Amino acid sequence: MNTLIFRTVAPFLTALMVLFSLFVLLRGHNEPGGGFIGGLIAVSALAIFGIANGILAVRRALWFHPMAISAFGLFIACLAGLMSIFFAVPFMTGLWITPVILGVEIPLSSVMLFDTGVYLVVVGSITSIALALEAGDDA
Amino acid sequence: MTGTMGFTLLAFCLPFIGALVAPFLTRLLGHNAAWPLALIPFAVFLHFLGFNADVADGRIVTGGYMWVPSYNVSFSWLIDGLSLTFLLLISGIGTLIVLYAGGYLKGHKHQGRFFSFILMFMGSMLGLVASDSFLMLFVFWELTSITSFLLIGFDHAREASRRAALQALIVTGGGGLFLLAGLLLLWDVTDVTQFSLLMSFGPEVRASPFYLAILFLMLGGAFTKSAQFPFHFWLPNAMEAPTPVSAYLHSATMVKAGVYLLMRLNPVMGATPAWETILPAFGGLTLLVGSVLAIRQTDLKLMLAYTTVASLGLLVMLTGFGSEHAIAAAALYLVAHSLFKGALFMVAGLIDHETGTRDVTKLGGLRRAMPITFLAALVAALSMGGLPPFFGFLAKEEIYAALAGGNARAIAFTSAAVIGNALMFAVAFAVALKPFLGNAVATPKQAHEGPALLWIGPVLLAVTGLAIGIFSGLAHALMTSPLASAISGTAQTVTISAVPHAGIALYLSLLTVAIGVAVFLKLNAARGAADRLIEDIGWGPDRGFDQAMRGLVRFSTRVARFTQPGLMEIYMTATFVVVALALLVPPAVYGEWPRAPVWPADMPFHELAVMVLAALGIAAVLMARNRLTAIVALGIQGFCVAMLFLLFGAPDLAFTQFMIETLSVVILALAMTRLKLTPRDHRPLREKIPDAVIAIACGLGFALFLLRVTQARFDTALTDFFNLYSKTIAHGANVVNVIIVDFRGTDTLGEIAVVMVTGLAILSLIRVRKGRRA
Repeated sequence: MNTLIFRTVAPFLTALMVLFSLFVLLRGHNEPGGGFIGGLIAVSALAIFGIANGILAVRRALWFHPMAISAFGLFIACLAGLMSIFFAVPFMTGLWITPVILGVEIPLSSVMLFDTGVYLVVVGSITSIALALEAGDDA
Repeated sequence: MTGTMGFTLLAFCLPFIGALVAPFLTRLLGHNAAWPLALIPFAVFLHFLGFNADVADGRIVTGGYMWVPSYNVSFSWLIDGLSLTFLLLISGIGTLIVLYAGGYLKGHKHQGRFFSFILMFMGSMLGLVASDSFLMLFVFWELTSITSFLLIGFDHAREASRRAALQALIVTGGGGLFLLAGLLLLWDVTDVTQFSLLMSFGPEVRASPFYLAILFLMLGGAFTKSAQFPFHFWLPNAMEAPTPVSAYLHSATMVKAGVYLLMRLNPVMGATPAWETILPAFGGLTLLVGSVLAIRQTDLKLMLAYTTVASLGLLVMLTGFGSEHAIAAAALYLVAHSLFKGALFMVAGLIDHETGTRDVTKLGGLRRAMPITFLAALVAALSMGGLPPFFGFLAKEEIYAALAGGNARAIAFTSAAVIGNALMFAVAFAVALKPFLGNAVATPKQAHEGPALLWIGPVLLAVTGLAIGIFSGLAHALMTSPLASAISGTAQTVTISAVPHAGIALYLSLLTVAIGVAVFLKLNAARGAADRLIEDIGWGPDRGFDQAMRGLVRFSTRVARFTQPGLMEIYMTATFVVVALALLVPPAVYGEWPRAPVWPADMPFHELAVMVLAALGIAAVLMARNRLTAIVALGIQGFCVAMLFLLFGAPDLAFTQFMIETLSVVILALAMTRLKLTPRDHRPLREKIPDAVIAIACGLGFALFLLRVTQARFDTALTDFFNLYSKTIAHGANVVNVIIVDFRGTDTLGEIAVVMVTGLAILSLIRVRKGRRA
């Protein structure tokens, strides 16, 4: 498995897959995709990177502990739900704004924020399980 | 009125606030923190004293705040003669106890903690007796159990106090569960959740088929809390607590909570044959057992503790006796007992504190060294012995007037009361006279009068007992008459005074005193006799408690060993057997098997090919030489299913399935490498067959279940709704995603929380294994 070709390609593959996972996350509202699937793709990407270059490389690349990423995801998902407090609507009501940036109308929403939270929770939790299992003796 | 309500709420919260401040205040002021802290119960006392005029006029003050209106749950209080008497006793004696604790635990390194506990207990007890709502009663009831656990176990370095604390918690906390069940049944029968409303439901409750069940459950709560035979054993053990606790919880307040409950329920549940049989029978038995056991003791505190058991029995007996006189007697005795027993306990603690022992056979001649203590003890004992003009005399006269009668029942209970009272008389004077009279005996510490903090409490309580006896008319109007009215549910007037009237009651009193004096004079002989009696019996509920606990532990160990053997194989087998049963049994029982599916005539070639591929994947799993190959082969089947999803128009599902398959292969493979299994399954075929059967049953179950689901008529209401509104309301074309993140977003929030927590759990499990190996 640890061939030179695989090791050389893995970082590029991982980068592409993470990019793809973000694409899947963002398009999820209208096309197949979404936070959950995107998160799973990102985890696979990290798993490939881990198999090729070792888990230490993955940990360095992630910078934060995967569990912290997961917790942050849950946090922003809650925030996305709580935003409705300021508009006197029930918890988790979707809120939308469509600012025009550089002449392009970009719809932003609390729903998207929530989906990003889902993405991060999935990435963090499953990566941390995979890394812990992969790790020989150090966590 | 709102202002008063706010103040009353504050009065209930004040002790808890005090509990928060107490440790800091004690660090600042040392034992003198008792003075400012005693202001808290005193303020509460004054506040509730303000209700006295209303309550003495026969009014009932209620108030409170709605908490969960949809379930009719409120934080509400009910202040009538019964609760007011208790509130005043708790806060009044509480004030003296805080002062007493200041002197008693002077210099103890955890004195601040002690103040904190005792104030917490006070708050719980105040809440208990003032509760109008059932739920509030239960919560405060359990809070008193918990705080009493903390107080009994205060000296936690000693094993005896730990055991006593745990025992009290188990007995009274267990009783609390009975109470909860009883309250729920009452709620069910009457549909009300407040005592103030319950009062008018007496006939309904008594006629209800659940009456006996409710009675049994309520008695389970009351008898454990109020230490009725055979649950009396925890109370003497609780004497391991510091004396302020014994004086407060185990004589004046907490142990009366059970009596309070019975008195509260008397108008609703009383006056039935069951009530008037069980209560007096158990009460009378407790009275006799308690007083005989009290004679046997030589420890001052234990002597008093057993007489408390006896007094509680007497109260229960009177509450259930079923006459107006008995209720009045119970009311009088309740207050009198709190005063004299609180005082005597504090005296016992004082003697212990100043001499270093509380063994009555090792004490004597303290009257010169401790004159104030002697006086307080003597006055309290005169009240306990029931001599005029003390408060105890009124109570005793009323008891005899209530019980005396010509029939067998009256004679039986009268003789129980006479014997019990006579023995208590002897104990009272043994506590109050023996340590003080006679020749001075050398004690571990040189005896001298304690500081004011210590004697102020017993003196005030004893003097109050005397004052009530003398000014009985005023006391009846202000306190005992409303109290008796609240217990009986109809207006009552108590008239007994300290002037002896010739009559059956007086003759019984004289008889009691005569027996009491005789026993007192022959105390050593009586003690020996009681000792022999107990030794002949040999077994007691205290030992029974230990046996029951040991049995419970053994049983739990066995259950745990059986259900948690620690073998992965058994867990997996059990899980899948349950899955198979859950899927196969219901259709078999209800005959809901699916129809055989029809093979589609024009199946495209590529669909067939994918299905064949899936089957090949399964075959590869079965054929695989080693485990790793099998896991990867399992992926083939998963990918084929994902393909099918894709072909039948569920791209999101297919997408997810692809990723899940990939990751589960990766994670399974990683887990396998860590489990250090042999690469191959070496078991012989006959051991594999059961697993195969379970696997096939599960698969078959799922297949049949899904077939049945798809054959049922499909309700498209939700599909239509989401299709219609997904774009217009939620601005999303992908219905699946919109459901996940918007329409059912709160569900998703819960799910991702579960994902994260599961991740954490798995992570820690992996680390635990790592630690063990290292």
